[in-house]
Amino acid sequence: MQNIEQELRRFVVDNFLFGQANGHLSNSDSFLDKGIIDSTGVLELVVFLEETYRIKIQDRELVPDNLDSINNLVRFLERKRQLTA
Amino acid sequence: MQVEEFLELSAERSPKKTALVCRDRRLTYQEIEIQCNRLAHSLVAEGVQRGARVAIYLENSVEAVLSIFAVLKAGAVFLVVNPTTKVDKLAYILNNCRAVALITDIRKLAGLESRRQQLPHLKSIFVAGMNSTSLRDSNARLVSLDNTLSRADLSNLPPLKKCIDIDLAALIYTSGSTGNPKGVMLTHLNIVSAATSITTYLENVPDDIILSVLPLSFDYGLYQVLMAFKIGGTVILERSFTYPYAVIEKLVQEKVTGFPLVPTISAILLQLELKKYDFSSLRYVTNTAAALPTQHIRQLRKVFPHVKLYSMYGLTECKRVSYLPPDQIDLRPTSVGRGMPNEEVYIVDDNGRRVDPGVIGELVVRGSNVMKGYWELPEETDKFLRRGDLPGEKVLYTGDLFRMDEEGFLYFVGRKDDIIKCRGEKVSPREIEDVLYSLDGIAEAAVLGVPDGLLGQAIRAIITLREGARLTQRDIQRHCSQHLEDFMVPKFVEFRDSLPKTSSGKISKRELAIPAGAQK
Repeated sequence: MQNIEQELRRFVVDNFLFGQANGHLSNSDSFLDKGIIDSTGVLELVVFLEETYRIKIQDRELVPDNLDSINNLVRFLERKRQLTA
Repeated sequence: MQVEEFLELSAERSPKKTALVCRDRRLTYQEIEIQCNRLAHSLVAEGVQRGARVAIYLENSVEAVLSIFAVLKAGAVFLVVNPTTKVDKLAYILNNCRAVALITDIRKLAGLESRRQQLPHLKSIFVAGMNSTSLRDSNARLVSLDNTLSRADLSNLPPLKKCIDIDLAALIYTSGSTGNPKGVMLTHLNIVSAATSITTYLENVPDDIILSVLPLSFDYGLYQVLMAFKIGGTVILERSFTYPYAVIEKLVQEKVTGFPLVPTISAILLQLELKKYDFSSLRYVTNTAAALPTQHIRQLRKVFPHVKLYSMYGLTECKRVSYLPPDQIDLRPTSVGRGMPNEEVYIVDDNGRRVDPGVIGELVVRGSNVMKGYWELPEETDKFLRRGDLPGEKVLYTGDLFRMDEEGFLYFVGRKDDIIKCRGEKVSPREIEDVLYSLDGIAEAAVLGVPDGLLGQAIRAIITLREGARLTQRDIQRHCSQHLEDFMVPKFVEFRDSLPKTSSGKISKRELAIPAGAQK
């Protein structure tokens, strides 16, 4: 999980923060509240998750509870993997 | 009539009706009226006078809506600043209009801390999410917004009216060709006129339920709330279109009848799986900010066959210019229609003479929706507001090139200046170039818009580096994201050894705009 968390963090920091403020993003920070991500960003994030973790994300899963922080993403991926395992 | 009366009259007519739904909160007209009155009294008590400027720096929220009407009730002028605006630009705007009060939240206040000493005009800051009632530090007084809204000792009735309808109601800051934002001055009459014309052609009724994901800092977003309150309808205010399916579900759940789009949103919308949703309540969809690609129009017509689709065009300086009646959209998909009710539009040549149908010229707008001018920029104002036909009359020269067909339908051709429209927002290349030049290592920079299916236009920066400088695309985007609103960060960064120049030695944007493949 440590690994996944770091991968996710790297993706978010690289793509949405252009590499800045790594230290300032805590795992529970809401991407929405921090103004990190917009609708185009969500689509990019979904493509990244699907390709990197070989999962299929359903439309109804595109909600803040699943995607809006590093912690939410880690939990979401865990659940998805249990389902496919 | 004054803009705050949109709320006051609806609150009188239908006090118990739901006026605003925002996340998990639902407020009636009466609840909004009472809280706005309290905040208005509190603003007056803080020394906010008739005509003073009050800035609102909040996400789309109940508090932002309450603040707009409270400022008007206090007889003051509101300006909504985009919540992604960085602190340098916010400080510029606050000082430019000498705002005496700011309404924001605790998180944004923390971000502003470094600048607090440099805002000499600011006397009070109303803070959402702050517990203590009020604090006085060395600078402005901090007042809890939450406590103010619930203070039972403040009158529930509106303060005495001090304004007339040619007083200013709002400033909307927009990109200027000089790089600094300029404040579009709108009177009560301007806003009431535009809102009346628009709600007339949209055939709005009190049963309308309008869902808006557009920021209130953007006039298109602001008017969704103003117009919903004017007609006594309901507005569902979302913070953004970040989670499209959540918005679509809300749209269905709340039986929304009106859904305003910009091309970016329609592009995302059309990528979604929408078949299973019941959109039978939806009556109309609007688009403005940038032309909707014909392809989108066709697809939208397929997804929402029963829905009236309005293709519209406008600029902040007069709010809206034209709309295409929905029954014309299949016939002339590339037209943005005719002037709206109670407004005249025509096209002139370089000498200000009206041209014949089919001839390209500058679009001119005449009507009581046309702004008063740019805040404290008389020369800039004179460029856009010029003499009309009647003695002493001013009409708006839009800077947009258009042609009109025999039946009076308008077709957009291009801009006279190089303003980019990205995600529906106006972007000044100069503002981005200024930020680029402030980065060590950049020798030359040019910014232009390139067509983009999702964004309308995407921002492309072309750069030459100083010798020995090592900057990557990411370095440049990071620097921009620290100094500019999100939508202004270049999507593409291109490095070149040199930039093409005109004979006078300026960077030739015309040559840069030619696609690489087409260059000789």
